[in-house]
Amino acid sequence: MINKFVDSVADALADTPDGATVLIGGFGTAGIPDELIEGLLLQGAKNLTLVNNNAGNGEHGLAALLKAGRVRKIICSFPRQVDSYVFDSLYRSGQVELELVPQGNLAERIRAAGAGIGGFFAATGYGTDLAKNPDGTLKETREINGRMYVYETPIHGDLALIRAERGDRWGNLTFRKAARNFGPIMAMAARKTVATVFEKAELGEMDPETVITPGIFVQAVVHVERVATQAGGIKA
Amino acid sequence: MTYARRTKDELAARVAQDIPEGATVNLGIGQPTLVANHIPSHLEILLHSENGILGMGPAPAAGHEDYDLINAGKQPVSLLPGGSYFHHADSFAMMRGGHLDICVLGAFQVSATGDLANWHTGEADAIPAVGGAMDLAMGAKQTWVMMDLLTKQGQSKLVDKCSYPLTGIGCVKRVYTDLATLACSPSGLRVIDMVPGLSLEDLSQLIGLPLALQASSPK
Repeated sequence: MINKFVDSVADALADTPDGATVLIGGFGTAGIPDELIEGLLLQGAKNLTLVNNNAGNGEHGLAALLKAGRVRKIICSFPRQVDSYVFDSLYRSGQVELELVPQGNLAERIRAAGAGIGGFFAATGYGTDLAKNPDGTLKETREINGRMYVYETPIHGDLALIRAERGDRWGNLTFRKAARNFGPIMAMAARKTVATVFEKAELGEMDPETVITPGIFVQAVVHVERVATQAGGIKA
Repeated sequence: MTYARRTKDELAARVAQDIPEGATVNLGIGQPTLVANHIPSHLEILLHSENGILGMGPAPAAGHEDYDLINAGKQPVSLLPGGSYFHHADSFAMMRGGHLDICVLGAFQVSATGDLANWHTGEADAIPAVGGAMDLAMGAKQTWVMMDLLTKQGQSKLVDKCSYPLTGIGCVKRVYTDLATLACSPSGLRVIDMVPGLSLEDLSQLIGLPLALQASSPK
């Protein structure tokens, strides 16, 4: 019998190693896997590389991981927010590395990892400072049908943490509204994907026509109590 | 010369006037968001939000906010009948794959040939943040910029060559400002319209670049 339901967040995250690359879903207030981020904080893995659209707000979630000194590097598109002061201060003092990636390249690099693609050429960022490698050298470029493109590499995760709406023991998932965002592609791109769900479904109970993430991309599902998503994280 | 600047709402209305029925449009964060308020309600225009929404509707009434349904600026919105949700890779494929008709963005500077600078001031202690700006600028069929023509210090934001870090090269088609609407082209700037009382000579002096008049305003 396949049973991906795991009793607790702690059990689901127990084997997270130091140095892991962790893909964390969520955009703004929607789809942030709060329980799993809190679980990672308690679990203790350090020297982490985090991949998220942002770099944390206030004192909780990603910001708490940063503040606890557990993060070596962040790969994101929009770190600067009105309340991103924990990241801002660590970045300015050189205590956390930033790889800034245009949001479409971020999404496609994650998708590429999940789809087994070794990289791709994108027009986004051509001729800009973001068409450079972290060491300052220029990324490979190519002219294709008269347009210039930049070579982008996949972003693989050791672990993906995502918030879904409903799931069954095979790991099939649905999402709620704009809380879907990075969830489905991050689930594809990580060796191990842990999803929280607000509702557990029996096998066959989820309409197969509406499953968003098929269970093959999910290794663990943890049921959590529903909490209404709160306001926050307005962009500066 | 006596002329009045377009107010922010007048500028938003001027942009909205050029959006045709049936268009799919992404309105950038900040000033471009105002354009939504000026789209006539009888027109079917689909608003796209990069966090996975097509057919975005107005802000819900107070007390009915759902923070799983927010725009790219992280403010609560609604979904129109016929609207849809999708994941981030699909959302950016809509831009990068050339499916989105128009995006409207703010800018620090735009060059006469349509180079855009809107993501980074380049200051040493600034925290850089790009979001979806580069994907929108390069991917939409038409990229429009909405901005004040002059900085607070009176310098033109339309320039020969951008001094701020670039967002995209040759991507801006049109610039809507508080004083005039202009088209960018490989041969330079063409004036589509100006506020009443402003002459071509006045405008050319403010911008400091040669200007040509556009024969007729394209829709």
